[in-house]
Amino acid sequence: METLSFLTGNFNQILSLAWVHTLLVSVAVGLAILTGVPIGIAITQSQRAADAVLYIASVIITIPSIALFGLMIPVLSMIGQGIGYMPAIIAVLLYSQLPIIRNTYTAINNVDPALREAARGVGMTAMQRLKMVEIPLAIPVIMAGVRTAVVMNIGVMAIAAYIGAGGLGTLIQRGISQSDPRQLIIGAVSVSLLAIVADFSLLWLQKRLTPKGLAAAV
Amino acid sequence: MDKTALNRYFRNIFLFLIFCFGVWAERTGYIEEMAYYQEDVIYLAGEHLYLTLVSGGLAVLTGVPLGIYLSRPKMAQRAEASMQLLNIGGTIPTLALLALAMSVLGIGNNAAIFGLWVATLLPIVRNTFTGLRSVPAHMKEAARGMGMTPGQMLRQVELPNSLFVIMAGIRTALAINIGTAPLAFLIGGTSLGELIFTGIAVDDQAMMLAGAITTALLAVVIDFALGLLTMAFVSRGVNPLRQRTA
Amino acid sequence: MITLDKLTKIFDTPNGSITAADHISMEVPTGEICVLLGPSGCGKTTTLKMVNRIIPATSGRVLIHGEDTSQMNTVDLRRNIGYVIQQIGLFPNMTIEDNISVVPKLLGWSAEKYKKRALELLDLVALDPAIFLKRYPSELSGGQQQRVGVIRALAADPKVMLMDEPFGAIDPINREVIQDEFLKMQKELQKTILFVSHDIDEAVKMGDKIAIFREGKLEQYAAPDDLLAHPANDFIAGFVGNDRTLKRLQLVTAGEVMQQNPSMVTLDQPLDEALQLMESRDLEAVTVVNREQKPIGMVRREIAQVHRGSCRDHHDGLPTVIYQDDDLRSVVSRLYRVDASWLPVVDGEGYLQGVITQRGITHHVGATYRTQA
Repeated sequence: METLSFLTGNFNQILSLAWVHTLLVSVAVGLAILTGVPIGIAITQSQRAADAVLYIASVIITIPSIALFGLMIPVLSMIGQGIGYMPAIIAVLLYSQLPIIRNTYTAINNVDPALREAARGVGMTAMQRLKMVEIPLAIPVIMAGVRTAVVMNIGVMAIAAYIGAGGLGTLIQRGISQSDPRQLIIGAVSVSLLAIVADFSLLWLQKRLTPKGLAAAV
Repeated sequence: MDKTALNRYFRNIFLFLIFCFGVWAERTGYIEEMAYYQEDVIYLAGEHLYLTLVSGGLAVLTGVPLGIYLSRPKMAQRAEASMQLLNIGGTIPTLALLALAMSVLGIGNNAAIFGLWVATLLPIVRNTFTGLRSVPAHMKEAARGMGMTPGQMLRQVELPNSLFVIMAGIRTALAINIGTAPLAFLIGGTSLGELIFTGIAVDDQAMMLAGAITTALLAVVIDFALGLLTMAFVSRGVNPLRQRTA
Repeated sequence: MITLDKLTKIFDTPNGSITAADHISMEVPTGEICVLLGPSGCGKTTTLKMVNRIIPATSGRVLIHGEDTSQMNTVDLRRNIGYVIQQIGLFPNMTIEDNISVVPKLLGWSAEKYKKRALELLDLVALDPAIFLKRYPSELSGGQQQRVGVIRALAADPKVMLMDEPFGAIDPINREVIQDEFLKMQKELQKTILFVSHDIDEAVKMGDKIAIFREGKLEQYAAPDDLLAHPANDFIAGFVGNDRTLKRLQLVTAGEVMQQNPSMVTLDQPLDEALQLMESRDLEAVTVVNREQKPIGMVRREIAQVHRGSCRDHHDGLPTVIYQDDDLRSVVSRLYRVDASWLPVVDGEGYLQGVITQRGITHHVGATYRTQA
């Protein structure tokens, strides 16, 4: 009951924290798409590079988030950004690389060789092939990678409240430090809901972006 | 491409980076400062491991049987729905899980163990389930046709053939567990999070690094140990890392 | 002996029930291979799998050596039936030795006994135990895996075997080799075997009897020669193919069709004795043998008519000889190739046993049609 009244009383604040949370994750994952997709496409050209890049990305993703924040603080302090949203965005950006690069790489690599052959047969250049055949076919899989990244990083961003990044983690942080179960529960539930909603809406988007002819296969 | 050559190449780069990091740490005096926390590090690393092993052990002991149960033919109808539910559970951020555990169980190690257990359960159940489900039907038919009972089939055929996938799930789960255990400090559990969060709060970077680096090291060590276990327990015939073909 | 008695399977599907096997009754005598043959979806595999109850029967009975299997415990039943499937189904987590020993272990054999058995069985299919015992299935070629699949089913020496397209996944050349190996083994082992196939040539080669299925019904159950000579209806005639008479040729060996006590002359006999022989028996040529009774040539009638002297000076070489065990299909093809109307037949050691003629072959193949008419 108290929790509910806290919810109604502070609804606007909670909404604005959720908005900040979403914004931070979106910006970071957005940047990660801008780097990850081209890297994923580029490494299809060389098995050696692909192995190297995927290896590094998988090492990064195993670093515990709070340890990663910790490791970045001294480095970023040098430019006066030790705490705040900067290390959080960089951490999310780094964590998102693996799912996005890996999915892009496998999707493009898995395009049926016969299709590629056909595209070459009708006289497409390598660029045209990428734009008209390979990327459209790869988009659903890339979206699946983005979805993984977003869901994972909503959680990472919640922890980032402890380095002052803001977002819904702030409620949990305050709930714990002030021994206030209302903020604690609302923070935990709202960040969970955010993750679940993001998961479902990105799944919906992923299905929408799947070319009709492929829908049955995905 | 030769995998071992590649690994050596990366190990060298990795070692070089560690060396650079060490030089930098020495130059800035971090090493000396971190050494100051040696006793805390050792004690807290022990507690950290305790949390991980208890909650992770519980997760293995409950997750594997649950995955087996869901993969049984009689569960076929309900299994997909159960997995969906578990997947939704898996999207809940770990910090939220711990916070909710605290609001139910109060402050302390018990809440931490409970929260970590939940966070670790999903990958184990999911991998056990998918691993068992992907044992080819014809292999199970051969086993049945030879007169194995369901229990014999599970022990002699299904589990050994999905063990690699199950072990991969356990590795993922324990990596999550080790990485989440620092947060347990926030709800009254004892872990390396104590050094990290206190370090951040009082702006003592050496203290924070001592916690963060040790956490990362623990993750590497546990993963390595589980890798050895995988090599030891997964039959060479089904270990993709040890495959020779005719 | 395996007896199927009105064996029936009805599958309930969302689109209504489907009768996969409809009152199948047949009997497989002990020591014989019965091939269940038909297009896909005809019910042959369903019928096979009802024998070891991988698929439970809707109604009807299966009797093995007179004993109703529905009274037996499923697990015991299966442990006493060898089972080979198309995908082989070797357990990739186990070594070859462990794979072969699965059923013996289930039956509680001592380690000493099942290890010895694994050695014997590998020898049986000419896979060197020193190399293969400790290997894993993924380290074997497809043909080797299939051989292991077969000996695994033989491990506990079951009297009955079920084989579901056992050689279907192997390339045609290796398939021939494995089929021959298996037939050789079966000559010794005398198992009672149900064998599913969709390949008429395989069925004719492997089967003592063939059961043709269509849409869940047993259409005809007969020996291969009978089936090819007298298909019961148009469906079967179409299924066995327009060249069914040629297929029958592979079922008969030269030894069965040759004329025994052949006419022959030795090298030292005068040519006019050879001519006399040919005229008295109305032959166009006669085989010349050496002192060991091995054929080395022939004397033609037209030569004997115009020349004098011994056979040694006037014989021609033989284009080729036929072995007793050659099947008629290869005999006919060689007769055509060397453009001969007859050839001498020898046994394994090369001694002359008889002659085989084109007319003799035609007569043999036609015999069954004449008795029918």
